[in-house]
Amino acid sequence: MKYWRKPLDFDQVKIPQGEVSIIAERCKGCGFCVEYCPKDVLMMSEDFNKKGYHPPKVVKSGECVNCNLCEMICPDYAIFSSELADDAANAAALPGERAEVSAS
Amino acid sequence: MSTVLETTEQLADKHPIAPYLRMDRMPHIWCPTCGIGTVVRCYAKALEESGVDLDKAAIVSGIGCTGRVAGYMKLDAFHTTHGRAIPFATGLKLGRPELLVTVFSGDGDLSGIGGNHLIHTARRNMDMLVVLVNNFIYGMTGGQNAPTTPLTAKSSTMPFGNFERPFNLPHLAASCGATYVARWTSLHIRRMTKSFKEAIQRKGFRFVEVIAPCSTLYARLNKLGTGFDLMRFYHDNAEIRHGADTREVDIGYQDKIVCGKFVDEERPTFLEAMNEHYTKILGDRYVPMSPEGGWIHE
Amino acid sequence: MKTDPAGVLTGAHYLDGDYACGEGAMAAGCRFVAGYPITPSTEVVERIARRFPMMGGTFIQMEDELASMAAVVGASWTGTKSMTVTSGPGFSLMMENIGLAAMMETPCVVVNVQRGGPSTGLPTMVGQADMMQARWGSHGDYEPIALCPQSPQEAFDLTIDAFNLSEKYRVPVMFMMDECVGHMTEKVVIPEADTIEVVPRRLTSAKPGSYLPYATNGGDVPEFARAGDGHRFHTTGLTHDERGYPDMSADCQETCVRRLLDKVKGHVDDIVRFDEEDTDGADVVLVTYGITARVARMGMDLARKRGVKVGVIRLIVVWPFPEKRIRELARQIKAFVVPEINYGQMVLEVERCAAGNAAAVPVSHGGGGVHDPQVICDAIVRAAK
Repeated sequence: MKYWRKPLDFDQVKIPQGEVSIIAERCKGCGFCVEYCPKDVLMMSEDFNKKGYHPPKVVKSGECVNCNLCEMICPDYAIFSSELADDAANAAALPGERAEVSAS
Repeated sequence: MSTVLETTEQLADKHPIAPYLRMDRMPHIWCPTCGIGTVVRCYAKALEESGVDLDKAAIVSGIGCTGRVAGYMKLDAFHTTHGRAIPFATGLKLGRPELLVTVFSGDGDLSGIGGNHLIHTARRNMDMLVVLVNNFIYGMTGGQNAPTTPLTAKSSTMPFGNFERPFNLPHLAASCGATYVARWTSLHIRRMTKSFKEAIQRKGFRFVEVIAPCSTLYARLNKLGTGFDLMRFYHDNAEIRHGADTREVDIGYQDKIVCGKFVDEERPTFLEAMNEHYTKILGDRYVPMSPEGGWIHE
Repeated sequence: MKTDPAGVLTGAHYLDGDYACGEGAMAAGCRFVAGYPITPSTEVVERIARRFPMMGGTFIQMEDELASMAAVVGASWTGTKSMTVTSGPGFSLMMENIGLAAMMETPCVVVNVQRGGPSTGLPTMVGQADMMQARWGSHGDYEPIALCPQSPQEAFDLTIDAFNLSEKYRVPVMFMMDECVGHMTEKVVIPEADTIEVVPRRLTSAKPGSYLPYATNGGDVPEFARAGDGHRFHTTGLTHDERGYPDMSADCQETCVRRLLDKVKGHVDDIVRFDEEDTDGADVVLVTYGITARVARMGMDLARKRGVKVGVIRLIVVWPFPEKRIRELARQIKAFVVPEINYGQMVLEVERCAAGNAAAVPVSHGGGGVHDPQVICDAIVRAAK
């Protein structure tokens, strides 16, 4: 993260780590989450969901800070982020992605 | 990279909005890049954060794309006739004063056919929150000119461009007596959520206008791209000016959009004024309707 | 159940029809009224505005009739008995939300103190020209119930009945007074509160989460839930299924709308009400309602002096129309004579039901006054030939 100057409580603040969940079948490919994610975690994928839209996918694992912007801005409630639990964060080192199986 | 596999339904139930939505009616009917879904998400979040009793929260919508909001929210929800959401909500509030009533409807519904009700209910300072989603057009019926369509914008009934002066809605609401007036765009997710939360905790006639993209009609008929392009436009052209004079917040065609909280006052609501007045005049003879309402039972 | 005594002004009073109607509403347990001033109905709400604050009722004068009816439907969804009051021009405006009330199955009462029409017409003078509009005013198929008082005493009694029918069948009920009955002052006896039976709002016993707003379990009328009781239900003016969710399909339309019609049509025997006199052996039967019923009595007496055997059917519940009885009578008599203060409305129903077996003779008066009894007598005498 780029800082203007280093915050004085830098070593006391823990940057949250988040996990992105994408409900691909709900996505309508609007692109808001990709455009407005502050950490550029997402990109539109080449996959298709059942309706023919391209859902997003996580491309920068480990960068999600659980700000929930994608969740708030998605008009179709197709994406959300959740806090990665401490030990899972440490163990995995990189936050994972919850993916969705197709309903069939 | 670890991956947890779940079905659509399981994952959908984990979405933080799930407790506030009628999951059996998803997916909703709104178009890709439509802004209404975002406004609903922010409203649901505000409800959650405000800690109000959701059993006492009622939501009333009119007809139109935004009018479908009532159908998707898991509250006591009423999908009423075109333009009459506000008086219907008045009836709900007066019939059971403890209800927290929100009207969620569109610009055509609330300021067109419902214009008279908007101004009088604001005048009376009836206690309700009105969320007006403004996409500058009558979307559901196919893109007709609305009372908020900016000058020169095209619509299906003004194919050569609008020449009618549109409403300045915050000014209208404020001048009629609304005690909380704010405008956001659907891009302003954080500020909008905070504003909703604030408004939910206030009393009186609270009016929040949210500018939202309409891809299929407004953007397409005016060759503005999709809702995504409109969101980019809001990003570059929305100006936040809290406390701005509402006379100066008109919206021109593809012009700057002044957002912010314009009015935040306290004045006695209709019921407060009524109770105070009757108590003064009638004394002990006055029997107010109980907050649980006028339902008579054994 | 017995009604709430707070609204019952027991005693013998000298009241006009409008005031009596207001008293009837308060006695029936009505506690929300939204209205808009219109002659000759305004006195109803003026009375209510004066008395409601003493009994926990709320009256609000709305900005127009459209808002009034919308507010009435909204208030009814809190479980509060609600009413509005208007005349012809306002009735036309209210039609939109009367349709909403019919579709959402919202109990409510709409009082129309009829005046001369069409349009602004004769604001201070009598008419009876909204009778068909009470049945067909709003678009689409629905079955309203309509009552018609002939005196201030009936304006009191029948208003209570109107509320009861509305609660029982979850339909908007039209209370069709006319300006004469509305502005006529007579003795009105209001009984003790514990003698007045009212039908309470029938709330569901389902637990929150399992309530289906339009499920009837094979019956006709669904159970009600109040907004604010935690059921989180949804209701809409769109064609809907049992969950109250919109369902735009021909099948749903058939299920949804047919039940709306059947719940009244299937109970006509319980709902229909009329006063019948001297129809046995009669050659001519009068069919009357409202103020005209009283005028027609004199016409009937005059005709009897001229030797005509005439009986009368006075409609109390006008819609649903007493088809069965009219069809029966049509086979036994020569003619029906239908005096009305309009250019022929209920006579069309009579003619339809008579199905050619008896003549249906209109005696029209355009409005602005009541019939001359002699005119009615002459019509009866001619019909008897």
